[in-house]
Amino acid sequence: MVNFNRMYGLFLRHFYLITRSFPRILDLIYWPTIQITLWGFISIFFASSSSYYNNGVGVILTCAILYDFLFRTSIGFNMLFLEEIYSRNFTNLFIAPIKIREIIFCLVFTALIRALIGLIPAILLTSPLFGISILDLGIYLFLLFLSLYIFGVTLGILVSAGLLRFGPSFENIAWSTMFLLAPFGCIYYPIEILPEFFQKIAYGLPLVYIFEEARNILINQTVNINNILTALGLNLLYLSISVSLFYYCFFQARKKGTLINVGE
Amino acid sequence: MKDLVKVTNLKKNYGLKEAVKGISFNIKQNEIIGLLGPNGSGKTTTIGMMLGLLKPSYGEILIDGVNIEKNRIEILKKINFISPYIELPKKLKVKQNLIVYGKLYSVKNLDQRINYLVEKLRLEDLLDSVTGELSSGQKNRVSLAKALINDPEVLLLDEPTASLDPEIGDFVRTFLENYKKENKISILLASHNMNEVTRLCKSILMMKDGIIIDKGDPNELIKKHGRKNLEEVFLKLTRSNGEF
Repeated sequence: MVNFNRMYGLFLRHFYLITRSFPRILDLIYWPTIQITLWGFISIFFASSSSYYNNGVGVILTCAILYDFLFRTSIGFNMLFLEEIYSRNFTNLFIAPIKIREIIFCLVFTALIRALIGLIPAILLTSPLFGISILDLGIYLFLLFLSLYIFGVTLGILVSAGLLRFGPSFENIAWSTMFLLAPFGCIYYPIEILPEFFQKIAYGLPLVYIFEEARNILINQTVNINNILTALGLNLLYLSISVSLFYYCFFQARKKGTLINVGE
Repeated sequence: MKDLVKVTNLKKNYGLKEAVKGISFNIKQNEIIGLLGPNGSGKTTTIGMMLGLLKPSYGEILIDGVNIEKNRIEILKKINFISPYIELPKKLKVKQNLIVYGKLYSVKNLDQRINYLVEKLRLEDLLDSVTGELSSGQKNRVSLAKALINDPEVLLLDEPTASLDPEIGDFVRTFLENYKKENKISILLASHNMNEVTRLCKSILMMKDGIIIDKGDPNELIKKHGRKNLEEVFLKLTRSNGEF
């Protein structure tokens, strides 16, 4: 059971923070817009110079949008957690009668709101600027976004578990996780590009199935539902592991005393 | 009055280091107990265990008869904490912080509760101020409002008047005295301010090296140890090697 009043309280804490600060809203929108505009121009260049992309400007740009959504969700979750550390509010949060699952649910939802605030304006720009629409993925767009959202949140929970257990010194890992996994995600290239050993690692991640499928839909106009289901299955597995690890780290932090004195 | 807090044979080890070595004490309803001791004596660790932030290695903490390790969330609804070493979200306005914590503690009639605390703690003019831009005295009053937002049965105070000027310090002490009279709250006060402890506490626990080395009424302890004031008793006890 979860208590919606408590989750609403934690949501409000972050909602107030965003809405009362124009620079924060700008910061959420600025990077995705720059990123997608940049990839839009790169897409135009690649599409006109590569037979693989078959003159499809939208393929790279769509993958860039999908990757940015993943990145924003993951970083968004971490930022919500880091915010408590920066403001020395960590103790207040953990002595409030809020359950761990309520914290996770609330942060998962708030991270989605943050990611959408940043991405929707950027997505809207792609149509007038580059003449493409991410909606070309059709109904499968929702399933791909869902998979990316779950994986982004999974990474966020894993990093937050590290922050719980090791404190602010884990912060640098928080920023670098996505960059570490990006090469294995095959975001802009097919998996065959990777060396054989890296391919084995990549097949263990949901990302490769998501991006392969996005390219498959856009280039070949066909759908391989197995890719989508495999990505969702792997996501659920990793999500279960990350939530279990979060609980484990919380109990370890209570044992080792790292919940006290967490601050800048 | 019944014992609202019962701490029995509480121990906390960090690896081989014993931070708290089997302490026991009770706090009655509507009583303020002082927790004194030099830095590193185990006060913060004890408070951490009472707040559920630390898992005891041994022993138990019962609050209103319920073991915090068995029902952490239910107990956390009944207690609260204030310390100058933790802060409320700095970028939020005072009223926003009180609303957030009111929701986190599922406070019923939240507006009414906030209005009551605002009036008692003279926060009327600060409600729309950004918390991080307040003076330390103002922040202290806001933190006190947050610590009382859930109308706690047990309040843990860690140096509540540290870094405050004498006027604000006195306001906080007077507020606590009056609040206790009106609300039958049990308070554990960890402080290095001996005058504060003598004024507020009916009983004190003196900790050193993870154990309680003496306890009792502050005035009786002064008499028992043949000293002029509590500070001298504190120095005698903390500098001795257990021969008292």
